Amino acid sequence: MSNSVADTSTASSVTKKRDLNLKKRYAAERRFRAMGIGAIAIGLFFLAALLFTVVSKGYTAFWQTSIALEITFDEGVIDSAKKRVEDPNILLMANYPRLARNALQSQLGLEKPTKPILKQLDGMISNGVRVQLREMLLSDPTLMGKTQKVWVLAEANIDSAFKGQIDLSVAEKNRKVSDAQIGWIDDLNSKGLIAQKFNTGLFFNGASSRPEMAGMGAAIIGSFYMMLIVLIQALPIGVAASVYLEEFAPKNRWTDLIEVNINNLAAVPSIVYGLLGLALFINIAHLPRSASLVGGLVLTLITLPTIIIATRAALRAVPPSIRSAALGVGASKMQMVSHHVLPLAAPGILTGTIIGLAQALGETAPLLLIGMVAFVADFPLTPLDPATALPVQIFMWANEAERAFVERTSGAIIVLLMFLAVMNIAAIILRKRFERRW
Amino acid sequence: MSLLSIFLIVLCIAIAGHFAGRSKALSSANGKASGLHSLPAYYGTYVLSWALFPPMALMALWLVISPSVISNAITSTFPVEVQSLDPAKTSLIYGTVESIADGLRQLNPDQITEVSKDISLLKPLLAENGIALASDGEAYMVTSALTMISTQNTSRLLLSIFVIGISLLCAFYAYRKIEPRFRARNRVERFMLAGLIAASTIAILTTLGIFASMVTETGRFFSSVPPTEFFFGITWDPRFASAGDTGSAGQFGLIPLLAGTLYIALVAMLVAVPIGLYAAIYMAEYASPTLRSIAKPLLEVLAGIPTIVYGFFALVTVGPFLRDISAQIAGIATGDVANFIQAQSVLTAGLVMGIMLIPFVSSLSDDIITQVPGAMRDGSLGIGATRSETVRRVILPAALPGIVGALLLTASRAIGETMIVVLAAGIAARISINPFEPMTTVTVKIVSQLTGDLEFTSPQTLVAFALGMTLFFLTLGLNVYALYIVRKYREQYE
Repeated sequence: MSNSVADTSTASSVTKKRDLNLKKRYAAERRFRAMGIGAIAIGLFFLAALLFTVVSKGYTAFWQTSIALEITFDEGVIDSAKKRVEDPNILLMANYPRLARNALQSQLGLEKPTKPILKQLDGMISNGVRVQLREMLLSDPTLMGKTQKVWVLAEANIDSAFKGQIDLSVAEKNRKVSDAQIGWIDDLNSKGLIAQKFNTGLFFNGASSRPEMAGMGAAIIGSFYMMLIVLIQALPIGVAASVYLEEFAPKNRWTDLIEVNINNLAAVPSIVYGLLGLALFINIAHLPRSASLVGGLVLTLITLPTIIIATRAALRAVPPSIRSAALGVGASKMQMVSHHVLPLAAPGILTGTIIGLAQALGETAPLLLIGMVAFVADFPLTPLDPATALPVQIFMWANEAERAFVERTSGAIIVLLMFLAVMNIAAIILRKRFERRW
Repeated sequence: MSLLSIFLIVLCIAIAGHFAGRSKALSSANGKASGLHSLPAYYGTYVLSWALFPPMALMALWLVISPSVISNAITSTFPVEVQSLDPAKTSLIYGTVESIADGLRQLNPDQITEVSKDISLLKPLLAENGIALASDGEAYMVTSALTMISTQNTSRLLLSIFVIGISLLCAFYAYRKIEPRFRARNRVERFMLAGLIAASTIAILTTLGIFASMVTETGRFFSSVPPTEFFFGITWDPRFASAGDTGSAGQFGLIPLLAGTLYIALVAMLVAVPIGLYAAIYMAEYASPTLRSIAKPLLEVLAGIPTIVYGFFALVTVGPFLRDISAQIAGIATGDVANFIQAQSVLTAGLVMGIMLIPFVSSLSDDIITQVPGAMRDGSLGIGATRSETVRRVILPAALPGIVGALLLTASRAIGETMIVVLAAGIAARISINPFEPMTTVTVKIVSQLTGDLEFTSPQTLVAFALGMTLFFLTLGLNVYALYIVRKYREQYE
């Protein structure tokens, strides 16, 4: 009797022990879950931090400070000897920044300024005023001697100061904007003569060593050419290769080799493609360095595996019954593919192509090797002209020392991310809209 | 005749051939398409294919071969003492002759005779036309340049005659063959199939191209620097040689670069693997469909962001942040406010690269975990295991080969990553175990050796190809090994 009691008590104590264990196990379970949530949260936090950094540093780049000046096209400054009829170079070489400085000086009511003051006045206005005023005068020679209100770009540091990005508590000699200049900015601001305007130059200007004039126009055109070249090469070649491998190729060692090869090419680091492009297209084929044609060819090779893999998946998703039906009514194999399988797979192919293009648009390293890190101030007219690309422009600006370039870099990144977002959203919409379940 | 106009002429012949072939086919069947073997358009396409593809193939072949033929012919016109110089100098002279030829094309005949009489006129005359010469040039260069111009003109003339002639001949041949019983569709489809096969071999050609270019350039590098010095050297100090100086000065030791590459990749994996794996497990096993449908695409956005953006993020945010926080920690611990983490460091680069790799780990592992058969999961839950025990004891072991494969692929991406390390890791090539100091990688050095105007004869440039080949084989090895692991162990659980 006592034995059996002892037995049941040991049995119940064993159950009790297991219950205690359960508590521990549930705690472990909760910890495990928390780790999972934590991991996702950390990932999302990094994403948010990255986007926040870029946007907070970059959104101001879309506005640029301009100053309104009552510019007098003073003949005494431009052409004191009155020889411009004989020598048109006088109008090209004239001291236009002087006109702007004079206008600013009179607007601020400064009489007889000293040399350091004049230097600070010069430092208010972007050197781009030279080209701006020259173009005005050349297109309309009757302006000579007249006065006109012109909005001119402020110098980069003044721009930063006006946007409130410069810490004024720092000692004057340690910052790029002097107290006098701050005073002038306030003065102009109270008269409504200084304002932030939408920064069209960011999108249309070429490269410049002065931050306020630097733009990514040449880079956007270069990237556009490259995307075009990638599209017209990689799409047909990729689709043709996938159609062959999926629909026609016999299963043998050769096609197996091609398959393994394509999967490996997708994982080759992009910089290796840059080396290939350098050796093949520039050293052997003697194509011009820095040309968007070479960049496009290299990016085509990088994008091909992506497009082939996506296209093959799209072709595989078309059910065999479609193929059998087409063959059954007497179509040839080629007709079956081109009339039925390809049209049905088209949305998937397009989605893959867009994603491949987006990947190519963000690619930087291979372009550095084929010389696209060039200072391109003029627009490339053909794909053979020196050009640069959007991500490469970002890389070059990121390496600039001046702080105003940080803003430009972030602005350019925002533009690049916008392009990528548009492409990816287009791919998602395409997939959602035309996705078909068999 | 420019290449474009040759192409347009051939295209016109082909299109004309298309319509001619189509109408001949129709008229041969008395205007009834039902009397033909194939649809009428196939007869047209047959003629078009013949008129277009053989001449285009010839043109491509010509363009590939003719430059080397011409350059050989031109080099043989150089004086004997120039030809006996070493290849680097000869190619420099050849480049000069090329630009002289470019310049001479823009001069009128009178100026050319003047120049060939008096060589000192050459430089200023060309400068007027916007072509800057590095040297004054010598008399034989002008002769060679003139030969080059005439050879190139002849080559182009022959090319246009051949290509257009062959196009016409082929079109005529195809046109002649058209009759009602001619199996045009089958012939056209054979052309198309040939095109498909050609497209699919491009992948092979790319690999061969990578391999061949790496091997030849690396071979040239090893002819001036012994392989043992490259693979086992522990000093990286490639002093840049001045133009024309091909003497190998400097040391090209791979070890410090490889150490930096692997160290940074290791730090990146230490960041990415736990976060990515836990995120994947949570999304596959715990998350509600709504959470999954939001969190998964958001994490994958990280994979779509270009690496240059991560590089910028490391440069302006993460690097300075780590530097400042280390200064504060040092201030609290020792009272001396000195940063022990540098802005450019292994830690900065590794951390940011790890962030970039999170989505690779998580989405690859997620796919693999969801592929584990549901019966195994249910069995484990059914005998009373908690979810986390099921994951740890059943699902992870079952998914292990796939996950290891995914991690190897991720590691190969970390090793080949360029832009983040270019901006965040620094350029100091040294071996150190301190993650707070800058180190450099193979990819950084490839970029820095090849940026700027360089000659392709000095070991300073060629070393980039040796580095590239190391990188190629390293990543290839990892990929192949990953594939092998996945293939070998996958069957067990299916």
